[in-house]
Amino acid sequence: MPSNRAPDRRQVFTQAAAWLAAAGSARPALAQDSPSLPFDNGDRPLVAYPGKRPLLRLTTRPPQLETPFSVFDGDVLTPNDAFFVRYHLANAPPAALDADKWRLSVGGAVNTPLELSLQELKALPAVELAAVNQCSGNSRGFSRPRVGGGQLGNGAMGNARWRGVPLKAVLERSGVKAGARDVEFNGADTPAMATTPDFVKAIAIDHARDGEVMLAWAMNGEDLPILNGYPLRLVVPGYYGTYWVKHLTDVTVLDKESDSYWMKTAYRIPADPCACVEPGTAPSATVPINRLNVRSFITSPAEGAAVRAGRETLVRGIAFDGGYGIAEVALSTDGGAHWRPTRLGPDLGRYSFREWSAAITLPRGAHALAVRAINRAGQSQPMQALWNPAGYMRNAVETVRVRAG
Amino acid sequence: MARAPALFTALLVLAAAAPALAATYTPPRETAALPPGPGADKARLYCLVCHSADYVTTQPPGMPGAFWEASVVKMVRVYGAPIPETETKALAAYLTAITAAPPKAPVR
Repeated sequence: MPSNRAPDRRQVFTQAAAWLAAAGSARPALAQDSPSLPFDNGDRPLVAYPGKRPLLRLTTRPPQLETPFSVFDGDVLTPNDAFFVRYHLANAPPAALDADKWRLSVGGAVNTPLELSLQELKALPAVELAAVNQCSGNSRGFSRPRVGGGQLGNGAMGNARWRGVPLKAVLERSGVKAGARDVEFNGADTPAMATTPDFVKAIAIDHARDGEVMLAWAMNGEDLPILNGYPLRLVVPGYYGTYWVKHLTDVTVLDKESDSYWMKTAYRIPADPCACVEPGTAPSATVPINRLNVRSFITSPAEGAAVRAGRETLVRGIAFDGGYGIAEVALSTDGGAHWRPTRLGPDLGRYSFREWSAAITLPRGAHALAVRAINRAGQSQPMQALWNPAGYMRNAVETVRVRAG
Repeated sequence: MARAPALFTALLVLAAAAPALAATYTPPRETAALPPGPGADKARLYCLVCHSADYVTTQPPGMPGAFWEASVVKMVRVYGAPIPETETKALAAYLTAITAAPPKAPVR
């Protein structure tokens, strides 16, 4: 196995193409080809994969790519070529993806099994929805004590406008038999060995028919990138990304609870309302991970930035939750002792990132800016991070340190 | 790259601007590697069938041997990795060794 870091010719081509595609920018990512996440062993190479600008590579095969945090200070919709990537199985993404021959099978406890082409799906009335896709393990690298798994910073999240057909409409065409309980989803990615459990996820039948769960073929007005599920993926608004099955090929209605490994054993959280346990201990009962909790971030100024003392500084960022919608975002300039309101940006819907901003004037010295969001259900964020063994659902109040001078 | 001929640059721009219609996927070359050490050959044989080396090397430094033993057992029992039971302890020892926390700098 070669260990030198010299890229081969194809890699150079791919990177060059991505750099050129990146907004025609004259500032390619060359300057920082090994950024460091702020925890031990957090160095990540910036690598361009097909359809992607250079992203922080967590793993190579299957690929896991993290969005550089500075991207979240840009458009409230995360660009497709910067959107994070997470896979589980060895043969992912599939080596060949032919949209013309793509078939979605709808079967199981239905009245009429269906085989739908992409064209047939696109002929149904389409819907569009802005929604956050966030990895269950986003920010896992900050867990203390550290836990095993993908050591992500805060970049395994993104917000996009998804376009597709409601799953409800497709299930109405197939009909669903009485007694249906779960709906399972499988994609075209496959394991290296037959003994590895295929990546199959499930949601309850009522959830599947809520009119919002979507079979999506486009994000932000373009085809899905290969690495985000081309040509068809499931979108489960408000739920963690683990449910958003990519390269979707099979929808199976079950008359019982799904017994997929990825539901029964993996992606489980403590059954408490906080999804947490005493750090270092194991939960006595678990449930499948489900809705996003409330989070908020400061995207500008950046960590460690210098600002002008006695002059107005615009502080801004994003907030989101699992679908109640953000009610308010508060900012502290003293590490959380006192809070002031911020101004919310345009409302793109209750599943979207919500921008916020505040103009502040800081005296000379070091300051800890902290942000805390509250959703319309009154849920907020803890000052101290909660802990669970898998490092899921981190949502503590985030702090950015700046120096005014 | 800065001195690429104009035509070549134009082709790259065209390629970059095309939608993701390509039916084939060619990832960048795999460069992550498991470092040398006792057991490295076995680890390369058993681990890299299903995933690249960085699944191991990006884990938090200094995780205890029990963590790596549990990881190997999980790979066998849950993911069906064909690792002989006689090899699991040695494999875990290698993984523990290569991910050990670097020694702290002496306090002066």
